[in-house]
Amino acid sequence: MHRTGELSGQFQTLEQQKDSATLGMWIFLATEILFFGGLFLTYTINRHTYASMFAEASRTLDLKLGGFNTVVLIGSSLTMAMAVWSAQVGKKKLVTLFLILTLLLGCVFLGVKAIEYKQKFDENHVPGLNFQFEKNADQATNAHAQLFFSLYFGMTGLHALHMVIGAGLLVWLIKQSMAGRFTPQYNTPVENVGLYWHFVDIVWIYLFPLLYLIDRH
Amino acid sequence: MSATMSTTPPQSPGYQLPKEHYLNATYGIRSWLLTTDHKRIALLYLASVTFFFFVGGIFATMIRIHLLTPQGYLVTPETYNKLFTMHGVAMIFFFLIPSIPAVLGNFLIPLMIGAKDVAFPKLNLLSWYIYITGGCFVLYSFATGGLDTGWTFYTPLSSVYSNSAVTPAILGIFINGFSSILTGLNFVVTIHTMRAPGMTWFRLPLFVWAQYSTSIIFILGTPVIAITLLLAGLERMFHLGFFNPALGGDPILFQHLFWFYSHPAVYIMILPAMGVVSEIIPTFARKPIFGYTFIAASSIAIAVIGFFVWAHHMFLTGESTYAALAFSLLSYLVAIPSAVKVFNWTSTLYKGSISYDTPMLYALGFIGLFLIGGLTGLFLACLGLDIHIHDTYFVVAHFHYIMVGGAVMGYVGGLHFWWPKITGKIYPEFLARLAAVILFIGFNLTFFPQFILGYLGMPRRYHDYPPEFQVLNVMSTAGASILALGYLLPMLYLTWSMRYGKVAGPNPWPATGLEWRTPSPPPTENFEVTPVVNWEPYDYKNRPDLGLATPTAPTLAPAHGDD
Amino acid sequence: MQSQLPFYPEQASNFAPSVDSLMTFLILVSVFFSAAITAAIVIFFFKFHRKSKNEIGVPIHGDMRLEISWIVFPAFLALAMFGWGAVVYVDYRHPPQDTLDLYVIGKQWMWKIQQPNGRREINEMHVPVGRDVKLVLASEDVIHDFFVPAFRVKMDVVPGHYNTMWFRPTKAGHYHFFCSQYCGTNHAVMGGWVTVMEPSDYAAWLSGSTGEDVNPVVAGEKLFAEKACSTCHLSNGTGRAPSLNGVYGGTVRLADGSTVTADDAYIRESILDPPAKIVAGYQPLMPAFQGQLTEEQIMSLTAYIKSLQSQPVPATGAGVTVPGKR
Repeated sequence: MHRTGELSGQFQTLEQQKDSATLGMWIFLATEILFFGGLFLTYTINRHTYASMFAEASRTLDLKLGGFNTVVLIGSSLTMAMAVWSAQVGKKKLVTLFLILTLLLGCVFLGVKAIEYKQKFDENHVPGLNFQFEKNADQATNAHAQLFFSLYFGMTGLHALHMVIGAGLLVWLIKQSMAGRFTPQYNTPVENVGLYWHFVDIVWIYLFPLLYLIDRH
Repeated sequence: MSATMSTTPPQSPGYQLPKEHYLNATYGIRSWLLTTDHKRIALLYLASVTFFFFVGGIFATMIRIHLLTPQGYLVTPETYNKLFTMHGVAMIFFFLIPSIPAVLGNFLIPLMIGAKDVAFPKLNLLSWYIYITGGCFVLYSFATGGLDTGWTFYTPLSSVYSNSAVTPAILGIFINGFSSILTGLNFVVTIHTMRAPGMTWFRLPLFVWAQYSTSIIFILGTPVIAITLLLAGLERMFHLGFFNPALGGDPILFQHLFWFYSHPAVYIMILPAMGVVSEIIPTFARKPIFGYTFIAASSIAIAVIGFFVWAHHMFLTGESTYAALAFSLLSYLVAIPSAVKVFNWTSTLYKGSISYDTPMLYALGFIGLFLIGGLTGLFLACLGLDIHIHDTYFVVAHFHYIMVGGAVMGYVGGLHFWWPKITGKIYPEFLARLAAVILFIGFNLTFFPQFILGYLGMPRRYHDYPPEFQVLNVMSTAGASILALGYLLPMLYLTWSMRYGKVAGPNPWPATGLEWRTPSPPPTENFEVTPVVNWEPYDYKNRPDLGLATPTAPTLAPAHGDD
Repeated sequence: MQSQLPFYPEQASNFAPSVDSLMTFLILVSVFFSAAITAAIVIFFFKFHRKSKNEIGVPIHGDMRLEISWIVFPAFLALAMFGWGAVVYVDYRHPPQDTLDLYVIGKQWMWKIQQPNGRREINEMHVPVGRDVKLVLASEDVIHDFFVPAFRVKMDVVPGHYNTMWFRPTKAGHYHFFCSQYCGTNHAVMGGWVTVMEPSDYAAWLSGSTGEDVNPVVAGEKLFAEKACSTCHLSNGTGRAPSLNGVYGGTVRLADGSTVTADDAYIRESILDPPAKIVAGYQPLMPAFQGQLTEEQIMSLTAYIKSLQSQPVPATGAGVTVPGKR
């Protein structure tokens, strides 16, 4: 196993290695946009077709929890950016600190999300599990509300999965960082995980208004 | 290395295999399953796509036997539906899409651009494991009864009504998608950052351009099919309603999302084959390719425009007339870069020094079959005509001309062309030429009658057909048996040649690419010294190292020599 | 009916000759290009065959004039193909006025066809020669496709949507129709025969319907009462819901200010999912009937509403803008 900061066999120079990693990350994020894109398109079309039902279903989401989570996630992007900066200027202790903070904020987000999911479960708003929008709701209402919640769970679930993966990456980075691996010369992993983290953040910035705010004035 | 390195003709007899090369550098099953060498990964893919080709081929054989008689006595309707579905799934997702990119692309891209490996070798191995995992899910679906939705998985048939093993197959294809995405990512990064000194973009072999375009489609298209199939799978598992009209969903939305990937996927199959042909033709005509820039640019054009034609699969779903007009026009637009390639290949032959070597036969066969496949695509893009021939055997014939006549001919031709590089051995030439001719004849006999069947009105996916269609179906089945022979032959002699073939030497044809400037088989690190490129692609005139005559200007210095 | 090895199916509708001439044009273009390229390849292959082992070809890198000409010339041909094809398609997608309307319902794995007078057929369709026939297509389960090769027409039958297709039979006879969109196990046997008859024979056939057939208008009227539609949709316009007199084919103004033509698809949607399009001046009170009516019942209701087309439209409380009145 080669140590970090060393040149992998297939590359000629460290610069080439860094360029490849960064380009690879950007391309990966491009594929992610299209991956979420399919969901956003499905959402948009159904939102257009069943506008009033989607608005009604959206109002049952907990705006406070959603808003809190938005703030948490923006905060985590800030700490992540600080971690990248610390790595670039070589403040090794700060890198570890900011990475841990980011991880903590990420966990808070996931915890709040779990509470929201639990609420939905109690309200029978989980599609496929005895879904019932309201007592005595007719079949069409139920079907269309279920579409909203399918998309809600699909989109936030996929987002949460990305958060979990991001948290895993952060744990790995923290271990590396505690071993003092990141230097101003070598910090590509911090930068790339940073890019990923910001991407996941931006997805939420779109999800929040689409799902929570579509019909609140 | 420079262009003036060697003066002895490389064909001189008595070649020995190099003492150590990528095949014998390490031994044991672990050294293969844990390899990060792009060449070994290519061989892992070669073995696995060949396996899926056989699986799909067996299904195809049963389909053709069943269709010998109008009522079809071989299998029940249910089984027949499963056969053509599994044929499509195995062939498209697990053979055609990975074939040229993952086998030849993996093996050749680093060699062609003068790199030691791809940019992310571990990711490359991971892609293969993802492919195998996806393959296992699909095989599990086949083994537990198979699925009968058609490879297109149209909802609500696939998500609600079908009683077959749809879910594992959908999961398998979903998983396999990530293999494509990671392969595409790896190739794009490799081509951007790993090129050897002097290997400028316009010195890249056209095969690399084709792979680059293909990778763009992998990257931008595959995520969409992944999420679409995931939604269809969730709909099936949890009775959700994304695409089920009974629950407020829209089955047409599924078709849009599905074809947004699956039409460009056709270009995933054909573009790399075009790349192979663009390598073979100049080599066996021993002259630069005609219109290099136009061929390279047309690959990119096809990849880009290919993303905006998907709804031509949906002219008769009730989509708006305006949408149909736009998508028809764009479909005609994408035909032009393909035509440009055909014209350029043909012109390359003019005043060449043409030989009958097997790869050349495949390349010329490719042009002929692709021509028919491409031209009949114009029939289907034609709105007025599509009303009649949509979803008939005309479509079946058309896409087999593109995918089998085009992509598979390119793949098999490429395997022959680079076989000496991959194994260090030469295959038996006579048998190989024979197989190429048999394939060409068998293919046309199998699929040409299907154009007529389609125009006569035989719909596709029929296990039972009116008796007036029998003559043409019998012809088609007869052709299929010849075709099967044509596939078995190369399988046998190529395997045989790995052990008993004549030693090829580093550059048997000779060809001009970088991959031919290293021993056959290459060492694990590809090149002993990082090569420096100071010649233009396919330039025979200024390459005395190839040991060929230069009749027009006997002793000319390299035009772009900078050493 | 078929000759020994035919290359064209019989021509039995107005679309057949135009599709066939389009086909001929495309075949001619294709043969021209295939022949030219094949000839070039064969000639080059033999003429420039390698004469000595070490020979190389003449280095020619390209020719801009050639490249431009083989981009531009095929582009014009492609435009011609596109244009001609578009003309036929646009004609096909826009049925003429005064058609004979048949309702076609696809379900796994049979076709149910209903004549305007209510006569039902299964996997059989009778139509008169020389009359414009419009089919309104609906599916009860998965996607099907109604395809008559001799007429050169087909259209997908999509659940949740109404699609229409039209043709004018030109020749009496007996023609195959198929399901051409894969729909499950017995997809291949989901077909039947179209019988094209002389108009007088057709009229005779139509009047010979058995007692079991219920006129869709009558059935629709009965449903209209049974489902309590009639309690709100009063014909004099004083009900809680708009009068349906004269609605069919008219222009309806919606609450959001937009207008919509009251065709089969609009009526279907308004029954199944009323809040989707609310008529201006009315409240969204109507319950949704999704899942409670079969496609056939919806078609009967539509037929009944269509029969109200000629009824007097009340001055107020109508769902429709009478042409020329606004």
